Amino acid sequence: MSSYPFKRTCKEVSALLIAREDRDLPVADRMALRLHMAMCKACPRFERQVLTMRNAMKQWRQYANDAGNER
Amino acid sequence: MPIPDAVPFDQQVASHRDYLLRFARLQLRNEAWAEDAVSETLLAALTKPLSFANRSQLKTWLVGILKHKIIDTLRHHGREVCVGSGSEDEQADPLEFIAFKADGHFGESPAEWGNPEQDLSSRQFLEILEACASKLPASQGRLFLMREWLELSSEEICKELDLTATNLYVQLHRARLRLRECLEMNWFSHPRPT
Repeated sequence: MSSYPFKRTCKEVSALLIAREDRDLPVADRMALRLHMAMCKACPRFERQVLTMRNAMKQWRQYANDAGNER
Repeated sequence: MPIPDAVPFDQQVASHRDYLLRFARLQLRNEAWAEDAVSETLLAALTKPLSFANRSQLKTWLVGILKHKIIDTLRHHGREVCVGSGSEDEQADPLEFIAFKADGHFGESPAEWGNPEQDLSSRQFLEILEACASKLPASQGRLFLMREWLELSSEEICKELDLTATNLYVQLHRARLRLRECLEMNWFSHPRPT
């Protein structure tokens, strides 16, 4: 725990980016996330991985539900 | 391939059995539950025959019925669905496998995966994704697919399974990070098949 209310480590931010897929984050976490992302080079990459996974699951859902998928 | 109208409805329905079973197994992670859910789906379809313009529409309809049967199964088994085996591997937080420095910053910057739309919709990628999902520990896999395949909200999952939000979030956190690791190893850091 740090002394600044909006300070988060990359590890904490990674956990928030994963959690965001399943729940709304509290406002303090959202602000901390924005602040961290603006200053960090590594976490935006992690975020892009999470977004790629979100996109991938969407593609898979279409493939799974979609009709054209014969095997 | 369209099947001529001459094929009886029960045969048309039965021809989708393997496909339905594949997703029932992936979601339920229990052979007996999966067989039951699929049998009930086929039965429900046969007692309410509808006519479809083509094979795909029939399949979409069957998948819709299957999803309802699967939710019934999950609800029925409640706690059994979401209780893990308690193994050490399953309990591990995959975040600990990522190299962070002592101060909590990334030891090594995460890889640039890109977001290649075409790659993500390729058959090869989707098969790897499905294989990675099927390798999740059973309870994590079920909860993850309840979110991603059944498209239930976290609140709905907690309600259906009588699960606490904390427990759900812990398991989804592990599932998503494991999936990330599996995709990284088997796709993103791999030479792509072209």
